[in-house]
This record gives sequence, structure tokens and C-alpha cells, in this order.
Amino acid sequence: MQEGAGLSTQQTKDIVVVGAGQAAAQAAQSLRAGGYSGSLTIVGDESALPYQRPPLSKAYMKGEFDEERLYFKPAAWYKDQKIEVLLGTQATGIDRAARRVLLGHGGHLPYDALIIATGSRPRPMPTPGADLEGVHDLRTLADVERMRPQMVAGRRIVIIGAGYIGLEAAAVARQMDLEVTVIEMAPRVLARVTSPAISEFYTAEHRRQGVTILTSTLVSKLEGSAGKVSAAVLADGTRIPADMVLAGIGILPNEELARDAGIACSNGILVDRDARTSDPLVFAAGDCASRPLVHYGRTGRLESVHNAIEQGKLAAAAILGQPRPAEDCPWFWSDQYDLKLQIAGLSQDYDTLVVRGDPAARKFAVFYLRNGTLIAVDAVNSPPEFLASKKLIMSGAKLAPDVLSDTSTPMKDIAAQAAA
Amino acid sequence: MAKITYVAHDGTERTVEAKNGMSVMEVAVNNSIPGIDADCGGACACATCHVYVDEAFLAKTGEQQEMEKSMLDFAENVQANSRLSCQIKVTDELDGLRVTTPESQH
Repeated sequence: MQEGAGLSTQQTKDIVVVGAGQAAAQAAQSLRAGGYSGSLTIVGDESALPYQRPPLSKAYMKGEFDEERLYFKPAAWYKDQKIEVLLGTQATGIDRAARRVLLGHGGHLPYDALIIATGSRPRPMPTPGADLEGVHDLRTLADVERMRPQMVAGRRIVIIGAGYIGLEAAAVARQMDLEVTVIEMAPRVLARVTSPAISEFYTAEHRRQGVTILTSTLVSKLEGSAGKVSAAVLADGTRIPADMVLAGIGILPNEELARDAGIACSNGILVDRDARTSDPLVFAAGDCASRPLVHYGRTGRLESVHNAIEQGKLAAAAILGQPRPAEDCPWFWSDQYDLKLQIAGLSQDYDTLVVRGDPAARKFAVFYLRNGTLIAVDAVNSPPEFLASKKLIMSGAKLAPDVLSDTSTPMKDIAAQAAA
Repeated sequence: MAKITYVAHDGTERTVEAKNGMSVMEVAVNNSIPGIDADCGGACACATCHVYVDEAFLAKTGEQQEMEKSMLDFAENVQANSRLSCQIKVTDELDGLRVTTPESQH
């Protein structure tokens, strides 16, 4: 299909969005904002209206606000926009020949265009004892509701996995005065997503806050008494008592619905730049999709708010035959204690690392270059470095390490010079 | 409770009721006010909820924190009355607040 060529708008009378997360909500919103007036149905297996997930491991976990404030839009908005939201509903299959989505309760929904925004699920722990009571995942509102009553000052939580979810939860648990142990299989925290410089900084920070961090450490089993978790047992036999356990060992894309329908998947539902799958009437957006990473010359999944919003917009524009919205450089953030980490770009494959500022001042940035080109930044309490880098990465700017590390020149000036 | 008026770049106005404790950004998003993207949902992480605050209310919207200040430094068309609307909490004092949205958040 030609770039920008949409499905015939006259023939598009039914659009179904499977999944009710950020990508789904954005796609629905963009379809209506883009002038689509046909039927629009969101099918979600959770019981809540589409909501923001990032606060689940941050402010919401601490109990700082009500559930309603997580919703992207209030219930009245969906009614007003004539968007039908089927909650607590499983989509069990796609009949591509008949163009319909099959639902768990036996019904089906016809579609002229389908957006799969089924997200991801926590990678299950293969560890014996993972099914004990008190062992949690952190992905949904329901997960947080289950965890919260157990998060009482003085209790012991063992967090398995030192990725962003694990470390954010560790920070919240410490702030709630729990005893926190984080266990990571890799030799350092955040090993999959960042450089040793950032890993070291966060390890030191969590230790300073009183978190026990064990790296290069495997949990061989979880022990329980009366069906409830009571300890994590390490490969060397060490027993770490626990009142609760949180597993944060990564996520898996929910691609089965697409794969079972014969749509091409490879660690995610494969899509083109317009979020279109191997079936021209079917789109995929968000965590579940594997997309071209235009600034990096490869494909991959992005587990982020930016990606969910952008692909939701891309799918809606493609369906409506509108120009492709701008593709931003990937960006992420993580809140831990009083540290805001803002990440632009993807740092894998860097050949040069430049530190700007002093980690001891809790305000610094790490730039990642490849062949002299800026490809990513991790900015701790440093919005200028983050915001300037977003633009520099997209423009493919070449930057000298000694220019980036020179804190006497403001980031704004460095960006202006690089753009000149 | 406070009534807030959002003025679009083209001058179109909409006045809505805002609950105390919500942010001016959240009120805008819940009421589908165009011109405020708020991609990060209020984490002060994205700088896409930039507004211009009516001078009469500028003092009442509170002090800018350092994070907000440095985020705004990179927004387009920043003025002396620029704020990130996710960082302004609604209070009774803000009744009658008028904010104008910029032409673009990017």
C-alpha cells in the first residue's frame, strides 16, 4: 500500500481496538479527533477504564491519589465521543476472513479496521514457589490493590529483578519504611537498559537509602508457610526472610491473538512505520508491537508511554489516510526518591560514553555516542540535557565528547552550536 | 472548586469547573481542551503542557520548582508568564483563572 494511503473512509464503518491501555486510548482519541465518525469499540480485559500505568510503581503505589486520577479520560468522555468500552471482556480470536473479533463470552465484533493494543504481561518467574500467596507482579491496578495492604512499615519485601519497575518499587517501599532487598541475576542493576555509570549511581543511591542490593545473585526457590511466602532462598543456600515478594523480571508482548490469526510476529507483532501489520486491515500499537526504530536502522519493541502514544497516533492516521505523524526519538522516565531520570534515545551499541556534571551532586547526565553521533542520554535531575538531546538525536548531530562534558557551556548553547 | 478558562491560540475560550487538588493540566485533559498534550501524565517529564497564565493570577499559581523552570527553558515561545500546567494545583484562590495554550507543544 502507498505511503499515506488509508483504508477507504467510506467503507470504514467499524473500528475495533483490542486492549484498553495507553495505545488503545490514544488511538481511539486520535480517530475521533481525526474525524472518524463510524462505530468505535475498545475491548479490554481489565475492569477499569483506560488508565496510566507509570504511576503504579510510583506516586499511586504510595497512595498519593485516587484511581480516577489515573484514567486518561472520564467515563462521560467515552459516552460523549460514542466510543463503546467493553471492560472485563476477553478477545479470544480474530477471524480475518470474516473480519471479526471473537469475544470470550461467545459474541463477536465486526471490523473494517482493527487495532491490536494488547500490551504486555510480566514475564512469569520459573522459580519454585512463585505461586505462593504474597508473591506479586506489578503491571495492573489490580496488582497494586493486592500489594498495598501488605505494604506496611517494618515488613520485609524481596524484589526480584533490578529493572526500572523493581527499583521504582524499591524506592516506594523504602519511603513507606519497609525493609527492602533487591535481587538481580545480572552483575549490575538496570543492566539491560543502561550503562555501568548509571547502574553504579543507582546502586549507591538505593544502598544509601537503606535498600539491600544483591547482584549476580539467583533465587533458587521461594519458601512458604501455610501457603504464604516466607523467604527467598538463594542459589548458595542463603535464606532471605520475606513477608512479600515482587517479581519484576521483564515483560512479554501479548502477541498471541495476532500470531494465532496468522499475522507475522517476532518478539512482538511486526508493524511498519504506519503501525500496520502483515494484514493491511490490522494495526498494532504499544508494548505488543515490534516497529521500525527509524533513528536506529533496526526494528524492536519499545516499552514506553512515548511509544504507546506515538503508535496510537500512527495507526489512527494510517486508517484515516492522513499524513504520518512525526516520529519522535524514543524517550522514557523513571522516578526514584527525589531523582528524576529522563532518557532519550536507545543507548545499546554506543562506543563512547561521556559524563556531564557530577554524580555526587545528584544532577548529571551520561551521553552515549556512536561514531561521533549522539544516540542517547540518561539525564538525572537534568531536564536541559534530556530535552536538548531529544532534538540532537533526531537530527543525527555529531558532538565532541569534550564539548558535551564542559559544564561551563549551557546545554542550550551546545545544542544551538551543534544545529548551526 | 474553581472556574478555569482555557483560551486557545486562536482565541476560542472554554470555561470549566475544576476540583481542588487536581492540576490545571488534568482539568484540561479531562475536559478535552485542545492544545495541551501532557504525554507524561503530569510527571514533569515531557514539557508538553505549557500554558501562559493570566498576569493577574501569576502569583497565586505558586512558585516554579527548579525542574519546571529548566523544562520550560526548552519549550517553544516561552514568556515570563509561562508555566507547565501539570505543576499548577487547583485551589479556591484560582477561581476565575485564565490560561492560554501555545500554538504548539513541540
